[in-house]
Amino acid sequence: MAAASLKIVHNTYRDSVTLMQISAKIAALAGVQQASVVMATEGNLALLREAGLLDGEVAASPSDLLVVLRAENDAAAKAALEETERVLAGGNGGSPRSGPKEIAPRSLQMGLTAQPEANFALISTPGEYAAAEALKALRLGLHVMLFSDNVALEDEVLLKREAGARGLLLMGPDCGTAIVGGVPLGFANAVRRGPIGVIGASGTGLQQVTSLIDQAGLGVSHAFGTGGRDLKAEVGGATMLRALDELAADEATRVIVLVSKPPARAVADKVLARARASGKPVIACFLGADPAQVEGGGVLAAATLEDAAAMALAAARGESYAGSERRLPDYDVSRFAAQQRYVRGLYSGGTFCYEASLLLAQALEGVHSNTPVGKAVELDDVWRSQGHTLVDLGDDEFTRGRPHPMIDHRLRNERMLREAADAEVAVILLDVVLGYGAHPDPAAEMLPAIRAARDAAAGRDLAFVGFVCGTERDPQGLAHQVAALREAGVILAASNAQAARTAAAIANRHAAARQH
Amino acid sequence: MPQLASTSLGVINVGLAQFAEAIAAAGGRVTQLDWSPPALGDRTLGMALARLTRHEKVEPANEKAFAAFLGVSPVLRGVGTAGETLANMGERMLLHAGPPVAWHDMCGPMRGAIVGAILYERWARDAKAAQKLAASGKIAFSPCHHHGAVGPMAGIISPSMPLWIVENSAGGARAYSNFNEGLGKALRFGAYGPQVLARLAWMQKSLAPALGKALAALGGIELKPLIAQALIMGDEVHNRNAAASSLLLRRLAPALARARLPAEKLAQVLDFVAGNEHFFLNISMAQAKLSLDAAHGVAGSSMVTAMSRNGVEFGIRVSGLGERWFTAPAGAIDGLYFAGYGPADAALDLGDSSITETAGFGGFSMAAAPAIVKFVGGTPEDATANSLRMRHITLGESNVFQLPALDFRGAPCGIDIRKVIDTGIEPVINTGIAHHDAGIGQIGAGLTHAPLACFTQALAALEIEVNA
Repeated sequence: MAAASLKIVHNTYRDSVTLMQISAKIAALAGVQQASVVMATEGNLALLREAGLLDGEVAASPSDLLVVLRAENDAAAKAALEETERVLAGGNGGSPRSGPKEIAPRSLQMGLTAQPEANFALISTPGEYAAAEALKALRLGLHVMLFSDNVALEDEVLLKREAGARGLLLMGPDCGTAIVGGVPLGFANAVRRGPIGVIGASGTGLQQVTSLIDQAGLGVSHAFGTGGRDLKAEVGGATMLRALDELAADEATRVIVLVSKPPARAVADKVLARARASGKPVIACFLGADPAQVEGGGVLAAATLEDAAAMALAAARGESYAGSERRLPDYDVSRFAAQQRYVRGLYSGGTFCYEASLLLAQALEGVHSNTPVGKAVELDDVWRSQGHTLVDLGDDEFTRGRPHPMIDHRLRNERMLREAADAEVAVILLDVVLGYGAHPDPAAEMLPAIRAARDAAAGRDLAFVGFVCGTERDPQGLAHQVAALREAGVILAASNAQAARTAAAIANRHAAARQH
Repeated sequence: MPQLASTSLGVINVGLAQFAEAIAAAGGRVTQLDWSPPALGDRTLGMALARLTRHEKVEPANEKAFAAFLGVSPVLRGVGTAGETLANMGERMLLHAGPPVAWHDMCGPMRGAIVGAILYERWARDAKAAQKLAASGKIAFSPCHHHGAVGPMAGIISPSMPLWIVENSAGGARAYSNFNEGLGKALRFGAYGPQVLARLAWMQKSLAPALGKALAALGGIELKPLIAQALIMGDEVHNRNAAASSLLLRRLAPALARARLPAEKLAQVLDFVAGNEHFFLNISMAQAKLSLDAAHGVAGSSMVTAMSRNGVEFGIRVSGLGERWFTAPAGAIDGLYFAGYGPADAALDLGDSSITETAGFGGFSMAAAPAIVKFVGGTPEDATANSLRMRHITLGESNVFQLPALDFRGAPCGIDIRKVIDTGIEPVINTGIAHHDAGIGQIGAGLTHAPLACFTQALAALEIEVNA
């Protein structure tokens, strides 16, 4: 049985062409025999009456919109009316982005309008604005990587509390590196995907572990950064705990690696308890920590970043870890002059400098640093080396008003020349970091400086020892960088730890040779 | 509650663009922001803004305010006299545009208009006496906005002046505006010569009663359908009212014809209305004011309910911040000048007419009126781009007023102070340019922007209001 319907939409104007289009659209719906959507003017009402769509009077004014329908049954009429309302409410239903160009998004909210499915904010604004952007991102439901540094500790605590309350992961502040589901964030290396998940308080620490895993033929599920202060008592390891939960539940992750300086005791207990509860093999590399304080219940302690990678590889392959190889390159120390004694390490990666300080200070007496650790002693003047010296050129006092040494090699090159001119220097120790964000061709930047340094040494022999942190798929290409540096006579070790041990061995061998 | 490791990453990159390139190169989805520090780089305010993002009090308050705004059905109900119609209108009170301003601070056109209004009310014999009286403290000055009214340019309303009454048919609330005198020498530009005063007297004695009769016979005119149609016809009902004025006259003319006026009086009324393409402007303003007043006073709401200028200061009011004005120095206008005039002759931004932008008309609906961008040498694409840009600082879109150039999407409306500060996008305003000297009149038209500093102050106040 046919059903007639009439609906008045008060006080709604649409121009006649639009209404004709809507009428045609509604009339074409299944089960609709006739449809007319018009402004309720006297003229239109008369037309509807003539067409037999309207009987008698309607309580509508010319500023009202009138929908009249004849449909095969009530259900079809109801559906047609609903469709009419939807069409009236929704413009033409065309693409909202057709026509003139939208401006580039300026705020996180505009970013979400442009990419509604976004779930992550990577923030690298100047530090003074970074906390506000991170807080906004969290309140908008986004996970956050806060690359920016110079964020106050109290802001970090506040942000992590907010993230915790919302079930979100906040990496950083001062989180240089992360890899999430194969996507590199910040200064990351191009690492293949695989079964090993890494959580690190240090960017270069993460880069070393993930690169070594890639070089060994396996890959990384995720690498989460926590920022350098996460394991302090005030922050309580909030990010590391949250990241551990992620990796524990992640099916792609079979082995977990933790990288950090030794955490505050209470924080370490919490982190290790959570690590044990993950049910997965966990390798904890707390650089400089007592292994006895770390190991137990599925958690293994790694002394160096290289060991951490090797132990994780073994665990992922189901092999037992047999210890890392310690085959250090030979060096003919007879070419040194008698007074050449010292190692001078010039680092762009803070964690590399830290790890090398620990290792070097075990092997040599009188190690100095601008960021001393273990038995190392603080430099009187960071700009002048004394004895064995390792400097972190990425530390604040060197980067103020300057790009980071991973991007701009000038500061390190200048320092290399000064060290070379020092008659007591035997070994110059260097890190070379590849990956996204790093200099596009570090070897090309370093080679002229190495040549100039050899000239400055005025006939003395100089040992250049280093390692390259990177992968073949990095924009700079690992093999290309290694070949160029070897060509220039740089002794390249496989890792930071091996480079530091090599430097120490050369210095010790020369000292021993001198005594004979 | 792990969720990141198992989901596909979609990144918004705030800061170093090279990071976005690396993400894209690895096949990740990434949106790069064109970021600059919000809140004019004020770190404290930036944190306040962050704390107010997705705020548990502000979001529902804005929903409530915005719904109330959309829910108003303004009807042009009739004509009244300021002294009898307006609340708290004193006997010796003159209303003016914008936030409060004292006589000695007023700009030239406003002072001229006040002299004219004093003469019109016969409170003084000549201009000199009128100025003395204005300076004496015996005349009270008060913003139109404090009385439910709005007036373009100087916005002077005196007790004897006729007013439009716009009423919410869905609730009975009212808003008011004065009558538009036409272009050229007019009181709203500070002119007070005999011709100006004579026209005002005729408007009071002849025009207003005739229009009042016609409206009474019609029972009022629904304004939303009329404005919706005008937008389709190329108006933005602030600086371009050609279609709306015609549509209004089309509704009024038959009723005027039946009002039994002497033929010559009828002809004068029709001539006057037909001869002024901005006749509808004041009605547009009053209906905007009515809708926005419905949204005002919702605790916690960050929606702007008034933007207005007194020629010295630009001021805004915010729904959740009561009767306070947040002000900054009035800006200059970028526009085209009539022959013989230039930027050096221009007064600063002036008038209550930016109430239309506050409600989503004017600059916000510029896509509807591409003719307007010619004032700044723009193209129709520029007009559309302005409307698109305003979508990023508003709470939503009109469910009634559609913009053909935006594929019939609704006009962006309901300015959110948070979005203005977060994006740095200032509300765009289409406006006339007055001569800085009293009485010369309009010398051009163009575009200007609401200053960010009004919004930053309001944000600081809102933070205290909702987080204290």
